[in-house]
Amino acid sequence: MSEARERILEGIRSALKRGLLDPNIQAQLRARVAAHGRNLIPTRATALDHAGRVDLFIALAEEVQATVARVGSLAEIPEAVARYLAAENLPAELVVAPDPNMDAVPWEVRPLLRIRHGRATAEDRISLTPCHAAIAETGTLMLISGRQTPTTLNFLPDTHIVIVRRDQVVASYEDGLDRLRSDNASDKLPRVINFITGPSRTADIEQHIELGAHGPRRLHIVLLEDTRTTGSAEDDEEHNPSAQ
Amino acid sequence: MRVALFVTCLVDLFRPSVGFAAVKLLEGAGCTVEVPRAQTCCGQPAYNSGDRGDAKAIALQVFDVFAGYDHVVAPSGSCAGMIRAHYPELFADDPVNLPRAQELARRTWELTSFLVDVCGTEKVAAHWEREVTYHDACSGLRELGVKGQPRQLLASVGGLRLKELPGAEVCCGFGGTFCIKYPEISDKMVTDKEADIAATGVDAVLAGDLGCLLNIAGKLYRQGRRIEARHVAEVLAGITDEVLPIGAPR
Amino acid sequence: MLATSREFEANTRAGLSNKNLQHALGLARTGFPLRRQLATERLPEFDQLREIGRSIKDHTLEHLDFYLELYESNVVASGGKMHWARTSEEACAAVLQICRSVGAKIVTKGKSMVAEEVGLNDFLEANGITPVETDLGEYIIQLRHEPPSHIIAPAIHLMKEQVADTFRAEHRSLDPERSLVEPRQMCDEARAVLRPRFLAADVGITGANFLVAESGSSIIVTNEGNGDLTQTLPRVHIVMTSIEKMVPTFEDAATLLRLLARSATGQEFSSYTTISTGPRRPGDLDGPEQYHVVLLDNGRSALLGGEFQDILRCIRCSACINHCPVYTAVGGHAYGWVYPGPMGAVLTPSLIGIEEAAHLPNASTFCGRCESVCPVKIPLPKMMRHWREREYTRKLSPRVYRTGLSLWAWVARRPGLYHAFAEIASRALGWAGRYRGRFRSLPLANGWTAVRDMPAPEGRSFHSLWAERRK
Repeated sequence: MSEARERILEGIRSALKRGLLDPNIQAQLRARVAAHGRNLIPTRATALDHAGRVDLFIALAEEVQATVARVGSLAEIPEAVARYLAAENLPAELVVAPDPNMDAVPWEVRPLLRIRHGRATAEDRISLTPCHAAIAETGTLMLISGRQTPTTLNFLPDTHIVIVRRDQVVASYEDGLDRLRSDNASDKLPRVINFITGPSRTADIEQHIELGAHGPRRLHIVLLEDTRTTGSAEDDEEHNPSAQ
Repeated sequence: MRVALFVTCLVDLFRPSVGFAAVKLLEGAGCTVEVPRAQTCCGQPAYNSGDRGDAKAIALQVFDVFAGYDHVVAPSGSCAGMIRAHYPELFADDPVNLPRAQELARRTWELTSFLVDVCGTEKVAAHWEREVTYHDACSGLRELGVKGQPRQLLASVGGLRLKELPGAEVCCGFGGTFCIKYPEISDKMVTDKEADIAATGVDAVLAGDLGCLLNIAGKLYRQGRRIEARHVAEVLAGITDEVLPIGAPR
Repeated sequence: MLATSREFEANTRAGLSNKNLQHALGLARTGFPLRRQLATERLPEFDQLREIGRSIKDHTLEHLDFYLELYESNVVASGGKMHWARTSEEACAAVLQICRSVGAKIVTKGKSMVAEEVGLNDFLEANGITPVETDLGEYIIQLRHEPPSHIIAPAIHLMKEQVADTFRAEHRSLDPERSLVEPRQMCDEARAVLRPRFLAADVGITGANFLVAESGSSIIVTNEGNGDLTQTLPRVHIVMTSIEKMVPTFEDAATLLRLLARSATGQEFSSYTTISTGPRRPGDLDGPEQYHVVLLDNGRSALLGGEFQDILRCIRCSACINHCPVYTAVGGHAYGWVYPGPMGAVLTPSLIGIEEAAHLPNASTFCGRCESVCPVKIPLPKMMRHWREREYTRKLSPRVYRTGLSLWAWVARRPGLYHAFAEIASRALGWAGRYRGRFRSLPLANGWTAVRDMPAPEGRSFHSLWAERRK
């Protein structure tokens, strides 16, 4: 296909009535990309303080039918999860992201909860994952794929529970992406970055909105007020470089 | 101010009363109004059909006919839009005539916009006891920003109540040659428009473009509605007693 | 995809008389604009973002060769493979070669208009590979053997009863006595039927809303999650896309993403916006082993530097389609190809030729509503008019119109003659309509009077009256 490549690129240049771009211009363009400057960011979230951003995140997430529960600490997560599953009449069985920081969650206080760690399979109905950031601007979760955070957990099960630490709430997508850039020493992006805003939905039949088209029909957010761990391992390096 | 009236083809042929109403309003605002005899068409039918050659030839004639006036005013957003928004585009590659196009464009106006934005008219002395709705003709709205001006003037008409039309900004389906080339689609659009108007329960529908009004009035009659259609200039000039609604029996 | 744009007039009549379609369009005509309006009113910076979005796209197009090469180097660096395709044939061949290399039997598909454009599904089937559409709307029309009628809501032309009938006819292993009345039930059924297909797929093909040069990433914007299952579960992920989807950086993509969902459905953000970069990483527990990008030109590069370049800014939001009174009168199938509505009226002739698509840029009143809602400010009516200019110059427009126009213009340049005709016509028609004030029928004007009355002229031309009154 390299002939196609050359022809397409030639076609572009001849349509634009020029040859190869001048090396100076190419350098400028490379610099523009490297700088990845921000364009206008709406003030909706940036004008708020952190507490305001957390409130905005919750309000907008709830607006798109995510549910939100607040817990004080990591230790309260099993109780919150058990209560949620019971209230929704769901089986007490979940697959959890194999993130070493999630090991610190004391699942044993709720022995009736059956926990498995790993990626999701077709049989899994409920998953629980951490997130990378929570974007206040539109109530959007930012999740990244990785060894400890397989993507199938976000899409295969019917119910997706996400643990959000209060200090993961940021104003904008750009803030979330910058956290990723600075977290990632190897400079290599994760295979996917999922921005998730509410559960799966479709309006393809007579424009009626129905939740749970192919992805989860329930998105439950557990907001952790205590900012000590239960992030992904990569986040943890920032706070606790020796952990792993 | 020395103002030339751009009559427009449809006003000339179908409803001169609109032209006289426009003159009355302009004189009432303190303008001296002249009607250059050598004017005909703005060239929009040719332009929109892709015939730039004829459009330019007509435009050059318009430059000559309307040279020297302080302002050119048309009781139509469509024709005023052609001159103001499109003549410069028509001559974009013509360094000789582009300045003439730009210069004419700067002093060409739709009627209600001229009265409010240039003359500073805030009120009219007319009186008309009706409940009306207003259809925003597309060119005036989107090319010239005509929206608030007719409403502001109508608000000053004694006894008049304006009820906003749902879908006021949706095209009525006239579109010049469109209604001839695609009559079934045009019919669907005017049927929807007519249904929206009828649903408001008003006595009359007004607009600033005769093309839209002929289309809408024609449909209202065919549907057996008792809703009057008039050009906004007639109402503002207070000549509603002298002139029957569009298409009315005599 | 085979075009039926030549049959626009017949297609239009079919659309206008299709009761189900008309009911569906009635919902769309008010629903979409209202939702978009609410979303855009909620974001004070929306109009500024439109201007920025426009300039990002223009900048990228002006330097498209640079950004495509940068993008490619990053695709390769992240472990992906690029396949450049000048034509539909090359694109299909590239996909087939990839599928064959892994012995693929079943291919799941996220919604991709580019795949529709090149006729990928038919091609794969002809080569013994089964494509399974997974976007609910696309799945429904695949079962019905229909083309999409909208670029983001492909089954918008259908009522729920028609969907139910289709499911009953095609999901034969399910209990025929089951209730299938509400969208909820149909949605659940589609979910259940498609889940095993997702899991069985050897290859997953998605489109891309954006391609990001800085990283070699592709971005898909969905609500269902089907795109994500399509690209995560199979061994191979193919991104089927076209050259104008390029943006320089993630920040540029973020700006355009702020415009996209709001313009399309009135959402703040879609349920799933996914940035993908290359195949699974060492140690990943899931994800495709291979990541391929099939990058299609198909005539787009030729639009650069010319009158139609601006259409390449299109981010496929469908706002122009949803706000177009012609589209919401006749529906998407009338346009006869992949891209309907105003953007289709400009893009279709660009890609399949003006002879084939002659009607599309003509079936417009130039009301301008499309341009007023376009998130990247594409001057759609202007470009439709440019197509009309080309048709006029090449004498593609019907003779009767060209002759009539020339006659009109000839008279208009002779004011004396013009005024004489105007006075004669206004007197004659005014006299003919002197009692009723209007005509129920008028020779030569049957298109008009078949469906509406024609008001009669007042009886004198303005100029003749003015001349009298001035004496």
